[in-house]
Amino acid sequence: MAEHQLIEHDVIVIGAGGAGLRAAIEAASTGASVGLVCKSLLGKAHTVMAEGGVAAALANADERDNWMVHFADTMRGGQYLNSWRMAELHAQEAPDRVRELEAWGALLDRTKDGRMNQRNFGGHAYPRLAHVGDRTGLEMIRTLQDHGIHQGIDVHMEVTVTRLLKDGDRCVGAFAYDRERGRFKVFKGKAVVLATGGLGRAFLVTSNSWEYTGDGHSLAYHAGAELVDMEFVQFHPTGMVWPPSVRGILVTEGVRGEGGILKNSEGRRFMFDDIPPLYVDQTADTPEEGWRYVIGDRDARRPPELLTRDHVARKIVKEVKEGRGSPHGGAFLDIAWIKEHIKDSEAHIKKKLPSMYHQFKELAGIDITKEPMEVGPTTHYAMGGIRVDPDSQMTTTVRGLFAAGECAGGLHGANRLGGNSLSDLLVFGKRAGEYAAKFAQESGSVAIGQDQIDLAAREALAPLERDPGADVGPYRLQYELQELMQDKAGIAREEDGLKQALDQIHGLQQRARRMGAGGSREYNPGWHTTLDLESLLTVAEAVAMGALERRESRGAHSRIDHLEKKKEWGSFNHVIKMGPGGEMEIRREEIPPIRQDLKDIIEEQG
Amino acid sequence: MATATTHEFKVWRGDADGGEMKSYTVECGPGYVVLDAIHEIQADQAQDLAVRWNCKAGKCGSCSAEINGRPRLMCMTRVDELPEDQPITVEPMRAFPVLRDLVTDVSWNYEVKKSIPKFQPSAPNGDDGTWRMDQYDVDRPQEFRKCIECFLCQDVCHVLRDHHLHDKFAGPRHYVYAANLEMNPIDTGDRLAALRDDLGIGYCNITKCCTKVCPEGITITDNAIIPLKERVVDRSYDPLSMLISKIRGK
Repeated sequence: MAEHQLIEHDVIVIGAGGAGLRAAIEAASTGASVGLVCKSLLGKAHTVMAEGGVAAALANADERDNWMVHFADTMRGGQYLNSWRMAELHAQEAPDRVRELEAWGALLDRTKDGRMNQRNFGGHAYPRLAHVGDRTGLEMIRTLQDHGIHQGIDVHMEVTVTRLLKDGDRCVGAFAYDRERGRFKVFKGKAVVLATGGLGRAFLVTSNSWEYTGDGHSLAYHAGAELVDMEFVQFHPTGMVWPPSVRGILVTEGVRGEGGILKNSEGRRFMFDDIPPLYVDQTADTPEEGWRYVIGDRDARRPPELLTRDHVARKIVKEVKEGRGSPHGGAFLDIAWIKEHIKDSEAHIKKKLPSMYHQFKELAGIDITKEPMEVGPTTHYAMGGIRVDPDSQMTTTVRGLFAAGECAGGLHGANRLGGNSLSDLLVFGKRAGEYAAKFAQESGSVAIGQDQIDLAAREALAPLERDPGADVGPYRLQYELQELMQDKAGIAREEDGLKQALDQIHGLQQRARRMGAGGSREYNPGWHTTLDLESLLTVAEAVAMGALERRESRGAHSRIDHLEKKKEWGSFNHVIKMGPGGEMEIRREEIPPIRQDLKDIIEEQG
Repeated sequence: MATATTHEFKVWRGDADGGEMKSYTVECGPGYVVLDAIHEIQADQAQDLAVRWNCKAGKCGSCSAEINGRPRLMCMTRVDELPEDQPITVEPMRAFPVLRDLVTDVSWNYEVKKSIPKFQPSAPNGDDGTWRMDQYDVDRPQEFRKCIECFLCQDVCHVLRDHHLHDKFAGPRHYVYAANLEMNPIDTGDRLAALRDDLGIGYCNITKCCTKVCPEGITITDNAIIPLKERVVDRSYDPLSMLISKIRGK
């Protein structure tokens, strides 16, 4: 019998970013006992890196805004593959979730009359993102953390879950190891919430942190849950491109929200060149009109730099491909130019974009108040994810298992609008916590079979018993996967490349199963990286499989062999599930017909 | 910064029972930060080299260490800024117990934070049930809220590092946290007694080492600690307040 510590709670939350913390706070508020498991130290999760803001129709900066406009913007941005019910709940509940943060100590930037200020962002009709300079994610996670530590939540830091444990079709816990000593922990719970974030580490160029290895997606998949629309991976248009060591680090969309413009090597503002039909009516005709929008002229339309991320990213790639890129293969993003319009623009930029100023100054030796930045697309966000019930966030096929935040799918469709992730994790984190606590209360006690625990322990220890020198080692294997995904399942995809990618992923899976890790169980990153490989390879396979099947270009998914968006592909989602023989299977699932009142809202909003 | 350069890194390897500096040679590409070099060492020379990191963008505060003897974030320290003619040393923070290699046990910080009286908002002053706050009043605590909890200020503080007063002294990070709460325009909590008695703010003799190492540039001593010390002193030792307290029976 494998030695382990048994920890019991009503609700187990896996992941302590915004969604996990919000879920834990909500579940604890109902009186449930809550265990919060995090892979890193508390407060270090990827939410900390969110920059631009949290989207909510507070109507503080423009009173014309309301949830219906936010709903329509989100659906349009997602190219109508979104779960319309999730988009509805999200737009309706985001304002309350954001206001609540102030009651918990958040200090967001203010309007002149003392309310929360809101800024422009791509795809949002009105200034909608509540923010603190360009460190909104830090403000959010710290607020939730500092509130959460007083709610009686039992926090387990630096503990990684490797398997979900089941009783029949119900999830009843999780098997984990602690990083410090490699000791095993079994978390037994009446309900389990996954809030593990995304999968950007499957790609070479990414804005995502170490933890983003698709753990939740993979845990859920192996426990029998479904994944939805995994082909939609957002490539944020503006990551750093130089020097190589910082390639992929995020440059907030807030730079463009504050007036930053994109130029090619010829000095041309190429974003004006072609505007997608869905957005022609909402986009400025001239740079002059674009600037008026930035400074709040309500009759002006948004500059084309603030079109949706999928479009901006593709446009940058096009410029580079056609030989008009910046010296290191990107485009120029210029905020310094606002000195033509703003007195004391240097101080203004440092106040509005302090982290960006710091980041470029320290890491690239660039003063953004004086020179343009070089930027290019970086893997940023997984729109697809674990398939859940829109109201309760319970997975469609595993009872007692919930998912919220980036690891859950549905809200964002084919492309996520900036700012909608922070509101997503508040709205659906709360819902997941609420419904998980309810499920725990209404459902009977649970039992965990010893055989599952023993199997999970054997799997976890296996890499330490194999020869670490037999292959290239876990870090290099991870790198091979990242190169492969970047090259063949990245921003421009095609049939042959995706087929090769799937073959090669299967090959890497074989090698990963034989991979050995040297050293002991005590704080051994080589061992941890070996164990992470299964998650990374599972999500990589799902992304490539979805991308191969979707023979059109829509939102973040671009097929160079199928450049057009095809109407018939807009009526279903891709659902991935493990087949009876353990192989990955994909099927089409019709999107349920949208409710008439919501359809009317979309039509009214144009 | 055009081409790769070769550097010698001396990295502390060991655990609570002791350890030693081990030497690694790393080819560093343009713009490399120390964390890149540590990753190269992990990939090819020492798979089990223990290091804590998350964002590699200076935002999460996980990769704190002592580089050439100075507390810094590994992800924000460029190799080409360090002296070329000597090995680059990388050691764990010394104010906390070592777990393994570059990883220390910082859990004490989380316990201290929990002991600080929490945020207590006033009743909303807006008719919509929210608060009106002036940006001018928000600016001040916002500086403190930039803190990424890297604990480098704790590491450098001699009260913790040399005198090990962890049970009497909360450290600069937590004074910044307390200052953020005390200066929040809608907070009604009172942390002055706690700061004086349990959190030991009196032990700070304002040498400003914490301010110097803060990667977020927070003016820890001048803007957070000194104003808190003044408030504590005013409350405790001002004859007029003492008299009023006495009359009110507090």
